[in-house]
Amino acid sequence: MAEYKVQFEVFEGPLDLLLYLIKKEEVDIYEVNLTKLATQFIEYIDLMRAFDLEVAGEFLVMASTLMYIKSRELLPADQQVVVEAEDEGEDPRWELIRQLVEYKKFKDAAAKLQTLEERQENVFPRLPGKIEFESDAPAPKPEVGIFDLLNAVNSVLKRFQDKTAGTREIYEDKWTVSEKIEFVLKTITERGSVKFSELFETAANRAEVVCTFLALLELIRLKQLACVQPEPFAEIEIGKAVASEVPTEIAATAPETEVDAVKSAPPSPEPAAAVAEEEEVEDEFDDEDDDDEDDEDDEDGDEDGDEEEAGADDQKPN
Amino acid sequence: MELKFILESLLFSAQKPMSVKELRDLLANAATAEDADEAAKPFKKTKDDDVTAALEELAREHAAAARSYRLACVAGAWQFVTQPEFAPWLKALVGVKNRPTRLSQAALETLAIIAYRQPVTRAEVEQVRGVNIDGTIQTILERGLVVQSGRAEVVGRPALYSTTPLFLEYFGLRGLEDLPAADELRRIPVERPPAPVTADAGLATVPPEQLQLNEEAKAPVEEAPVAPSEPSAVN
Repeated sequence: MAEYKVQFEVFEGPLDLLLYLIKKEEVDIYEVNLTKLATQFIEYIDLMRAFDLEVAGEFLVMASTLMYIKSRELLPADQQVVVEAEDEGEDPRWELIRQLVEYKKFKDAAAKLQTLEERQENVFPRLPGKIEFESDAPAPKPEVGIFDLLNAVNSVLKRFQDKTAGTREIYEDKWTVSEKIEFVLKTITERGSVKFSELFETAANRAEVVCTFLALLELIRLKQLACVQPEPFAEIEIGKAVASEVPTEIAATAPETEVDAVKSAPPSPEPAAAVAEEEEVEDEFDDEDDDDEDDEDDEDGDEDGDEEEAGADDQKPN
Repeated sequence: MELKFILESLLFSAQKPMSVKELRDLLANAATAEDADEAAKPFKKTKDDDVTAALEELAREHAAAARSYRLACVAGAWQFVTQPEFAPWLKALVGVKNRPTRLSQAALETLAIIAYRQPVTRAEVEQVRGVNIDGTIQTILERGLVVQSGRAEVVGRPALYSTTPLFLEYFGLRGLEDLPAADELRRIPVERPPAPVTADAGLATVPPEQLQLNEEAKAPVEEAPVAPSEPSAVN
């Protein structure tokens, strides 16, 4: 009983069952004896019912078609009743055989697809890893955003927080951004690249740190310097901007801007310089007011950050 | 430098299957780069057809060499793949492929009909298979092997279904024309055979000429099934 059940479940429909019956008879579809087939088909349906299997409607439709075909055969052709509906319609026998032939072809195609499916399961593509010959160059290092720089400078500034806690000093306006630009450029030219904190080692107070930082931002904006983090959470490193491919351009244009910046501060470094002054003033009179200062930094930083990003984009195609 | 070897080197190092267009663009880029090598310049304007021809020649050469890998084109993109017989060792190397379960017989039949006859409506598929396909079409839609590609301009505007590039990838086919026996299964009407013989010799009472099957009887019998309905057509 269980045997039969399994057998029925593999039939994908009445056509599948018919094909199975034809195959069992070992005849060509075109030569199959449909009357005999009808009898066998109905026997199977009876069997399915006997085993309480659910007989799908499609099987019953097929059974009635087969019965109809069989009933037609009972009379000689010249005595057969001409059914109105068949006037324009095809011979039901031919219709069924055509359907069987078509279904058989697709069933075979499905079997071929199955072979392909199994074959493809065993085919492995060559997937080479990313070629990393150029990874020695600093390019793939994570880029440092403006907020990373701000965080870094904040930690440097913390050094001075305690020192200046109780006292207030009035400084002479000793440092200028342009001076610091020269200092940063010199340091980096001498040492190749420096760690962020190294730049501030010599700084004596907040104002100097702020000046140096603004100088740094300015140089990044002018695409003279680039900041990279060798790995996540590592200390930021500052080096010459990667401009090896276009050294002539930078050499030709950059020094002029640089000179401008150094000599007179206007016009390009204006916002930076202005903020620097403000901050110095604030430093003198309101050392505790860190929050406000941070806001200032942010505003200033956003501007520079955008420009920095734009600069980075410009460089990529080279 | 021969084109096919340039392509071979590109495909050898490529991290994904490359289409002919992508390869052609690479050739053009190599030729127009600032510091372009002299050898690369002649390939600046390589045509798609030349690339295809070179790839096919290369694939033939690899096949002839009978190596453990071959150059395959799947869904229009070329890549090196291993031969299936080496799967046992490759599975040890990279692990069993993360592939969904195999398709059921019903799903394969439905897919085959859609693949050969696309775009096709659900009713047309059901007519060929003789069963309702609500469940199976849902399965293959969910697996992304077919998509609804439009609506048929007939009553009710039923949805039309077509296969996706994923279908080609899943079966490792180059394109739809690469389907097995494609020309045979397209929309070519099945030839009407000589009269189907349905009568059971012992049972039927049809005149003997309608029972004949053999070759020489073919011509007269051919008309036989139509004959009964002809008088009514006149009426």
